[in-house]
Amino acid sequence: MFTTVTFASILPEILILAIGLLVLIFEPFWKDEQKRNAGWLTAGGLLIAMVVSLLFGRPGEPVATLGGMIRFDWMGFFLKMLFMFAAAATALLMMDHEQAGKRGEAYLMLLASLIGMNLMASSADLVMLYLSIETASIPLYILSGFLLGDDRSTEAGFKYFLYGAMSSTIMLYGFSLLFGFSGTTDLYSIAATLTSGSISPLLAFGVVTLIVVGLGFKVSVVPFHFWAPDVYQGAPTPVAGYLSTASKAAGFAVILRLFFVSFPEFTETWTMILAVLAAISMTVGNLLALPQTNIKRLLAYSSISHAGYALIGAVAFSQFGAASVIFYLAAYIATNLLAFGLVMAFSRITGLEEITDYAGLSRRNPLLGLMMLTAFLSLTGMPPFGGFVAKVFVFAAGVQANYTWLVIVGIINSIIGVYYYLNVLKFVYLYRLPEQDEENHPIPLTQPYMIALVVLTIGVILLGTVFAPFFNWSDAGALNLF
Amino acid sequence: MNFPILSVITFLPFVAGMIILMIPANRKNEVRAVALAAAVMDLLLSGWVYLQYLLNDMQGYQFIEKYQWLNIPPLNIALHFGVDGMSTPLVLLTGIVMFTGVLISWGNDDPHVMSGIQDRPREFFAFLFLLAGGVFGVFVSLDLFMLFFFYEIAVFPMYLLIAIWGWVKTREYAAMKLTLYLFVGSVVALVGALAMYWTQYQNTGVLSFDMLEMENAGFSTAFQNLWFLPVFLGFAVLGGIWPFHNWSPDGHVAAPTAVSMFHAGVLMKLGAFAALRVGVMLLPEGAKTWAPLIMGFAGVAVVYGAYIAFVQTDLKYMIGFSSVSHMGLVVLGVSTLNETGLVGAGVQMFSHGVMTALFFAVTGMIYDRAHTRMIPELGGMAKIMPFAAIGFIIGGLVSMGMPGFSGFVAEFPIFMGVWREQWLVAVISSISIVITAAYIMMNIRKVFFAPLPENLEGHVGDVTVLDKVAIVTLCLFMIAIGMFPSIMVPMVETGVENIMRLLGGA
Repeated sequence: MFTTVTFASILPEILILAIGLLVLIFEPFWKDEQKRNAGWLTAGGLLIAMVVSLLFGRPGEPVATLGGMIRFDWMGFFLKMLFMFAAAATALLMMDHEQAGKRGEAYLMLLASLIGMNLMASSADLVMLYLSIETASIPLYILSGFLLGDDRSTEAGFKYFLYGAMSSTIMLYGFSLLFGFSGTTDLYSIAATLTSGSISPLLAFGVVTLIVVGLGFKVSVVPFHFWAPDVYQGAPTPVAGYLSTASKAAGFAVILRLFFVSFPEFTETWTMILAVLAAISMTVGNLLALPQTNIKRLLAYSSISHAGYALIGAVAFSQFGAASVIFYLAAYIATNLLAFGLVMAFSRITGLEEITDYAGLSRRNPLLGLMMLTAFLSLTGMPPFGGFVAKVFVFAAGVQANYTWLVIVGIINSIIGVYYYLNVLKFVYLYRLPEQDEENHPIPLTQPYMIALVVLTIGVILLGTVFAPFFNWSDAGALNLF
Repeated sequence: MNFPILSVITFLPFVAGMIILMIPANRKNEVRAVALAAAVMDLLLSGWVYLQYLLNDMQGYQFIEKYQWLNIPPLNIALHFGVDGMSTPLVLLTGIVMFTGVLISWGNDDPHVMSGIQDRPREFFAFLFLLAGGVFGVFVSLDLFMLFFFYEIAVFPMYLLIAIWGWVKTREYAAMKLTLYLFVGSVVALVGALAMYWTQYQNTGVLSFDMLEMENAGFSTAFQNLWFLPVFLGFAVLGGIWPFHNWSPDGHVAAPTAVSMFHAGVLMKLGAFAALRVGVMLLPEGAKTWAPLIMGFAGVAVVYGAYIAFVQTDLKYMIGFSSVSHMGLVVLGVSTLNETGLVGAGVQMFSHGVMTALFFAVTGMIYDRAHTRMIPELGGMAKIMPFAAIGFIIGGLVSMGMPGFSGFVAEFPIFMGVWREQWLVAVISSISIVITAAYIMMNIRKVFFAPLPENLEGHVGDVTVLDKVAIVTLCLFMIAIGMFPSIMVPMVETGVENIMRLLGGA
């Protein structure tokens, strides 16, 4: 039964595993100062893996492989490419992290979690789904607490682990009920057996709620967001960036596939729940971002609100809605990774993370200033950056589905966002160091940062200007859900 | 395929901005030279477009370019450019303001007469050109999505330009206030635009952001009445419409000279133009319903703005409020929804753009040299900078609506148009002419012809050659249109015909 299609459907994961093994084999033989090369190996390997997958692993008509465990389609494929891109960028950003960069395990954990996320995007069975979610999460618990002797990091690791364990248990309970009612674990068969006549709306509501707890934790929507600011602040910055982008996007992949494919009969139930979560998430995330003084916490709250915006597209429950969510994720991954990468590049030199510390940045390193501008304006939703187009698309999907009220909530929130994002740029561009001697405090960028940040910046601008091909892929993915 | 002149005009500033960013920061003069070269090119190109439109048969949309940008149902976005009689003068206006803005910002780094932009000119020009490209984009876009795209690009560089290079005392406050006001306006209008897009699909089955298609979407009167106000007011915020004008004088005052010129000269037209094109042209029935309200708002803006300008002691605040008053006239002209008023509004947009750019340029020159803008502390500038004085006086005459200058050509039809709709509003708002004349003449007397205060004696110098070139350029256009209205009025009339067709046929 192991045909070419089967092989192609998990080709990226096989390649990632091979990279992981290479890291494991080579790392012990390297001297201490060479160990950061594991980052080059990871990033370069992922790049090659992406190219190879694009050449040989492209999906055709959607098929179920590996006994129905995996769904091989464009939606999964496009998201896999996004996750691998995010992981490659994270590996580059990790290389010059003082404690994590020289430890081969860090890269191995990153790759292990990447396999989990890839499978999350393509699994078509409840069992597989749960396994992949755990595969993605457990290495991230370790990575969050990776900085030994740093209390914040330890706290982050523990907090993330406890919340994660708790919410995935609740989700698992939801899965078990779902299996009980429908008699199958196959996502695509559930829809056929679980019709609106077969269970009461209240029960459906209960099941959906239980599942939403677990997924809500992954994508950090209010009220399952409490872990996010502490974990982002404590975890090594590149890991925080990875958590807030790829990990969140993987959660959205599951939301799209599970709800769109398995619950078409209960659309009203779950769209209502998600709409409420989206509205609360945007509002609470943005309001709590306003008083933040630490840039990583600011980005944490902003990422909570962005989960809310992206949910608008899912609530719309249409092909266009799903496509807009996937496009939103692409834009958001590039933008937020860029933001976290910049935070990392800045704190590596200065050791500082308060927003006020960014005073004079645009004079200390003009390029860094411009990239900061790109990242934060894209988060704000300004053209010509990816954030603008993504936001307009999800709003358009919302208006199309007659969720105008939700779009209005989203719009009010983006206005709040303008304030705190621009506030950061004010420090970057307007304020100066107390001595006004910025030229004596340069912020040099090492090669891996230069590559990662420039590529991400170009990505953000491409997504905001030449958006047609990206949206085309998103749309091809969304088509697979119907 | 013809030469894609509108795309070149629009994207040239972006490209120039990129090139400028690549020049090392300490080579300030090279930065300025590249900026000037790009500005001259854009001015020439936009002038060529204007002349071509004027000399060839003036009708409909010309220089049309269309590139499919994204066509994946349900989205259909095209890079659709074209100009009509309304937008051609505004494209030229943007070219003029861009050119003179660069000249003014070149400045002089002599410590005695520090003028222009000396701190980080590289970033300044890059952001300014981003803004300019956005403005061109809005004026030439015939696709609603692209119009929003460029509209937002034109808004956010203002924050940086004001916050970084602005007047130290108020720049942070003013920049944030301005950005929030404009962003609120534009996103409110965006929801309206999205609603229009989907309703068009329901009505006609056409999926397109193309505004020429949307004109035939057959929106129901109830729909138009519901969405006209959010869309029109959302854009008109940028046009400084009362009671949402509050950001505007603060923004003018805090901005550096070239940005004030852009802001008052071009950006406010952007708001009025987009309100006209999206609000009135796509939702004509809604416009008819709400016209009395808009007319009321505009009438208040005209008189109130003039009165507040009258009592200002800060020269820049005075011009800021006079802009509110003059932009009120534009909206007043639009709200008449008759041919005369709309023609006046079209010409007034151009006339006010040039005039106010000139005012801000001269004010900037005075402030850079005298280090104060307070009218009571100034005097005798006519002797020191005669060139600037003459420029300011010509601007003043335009502002008062003197025959022979472009202001008259614009304001006279506006009042005629208003009279036809509601004579009372015309009577009340014409009070503003008197008030305007009063404050302009008083200030010219005090700033330019009163005795020079002792503390200014000796260290205030004349303007630079580049400043003079800028003043002459601006004055030239105001006088030319005043003397020969036929170089602009017939063109605007063709644009108005287009609007009247939509208003009449709906």
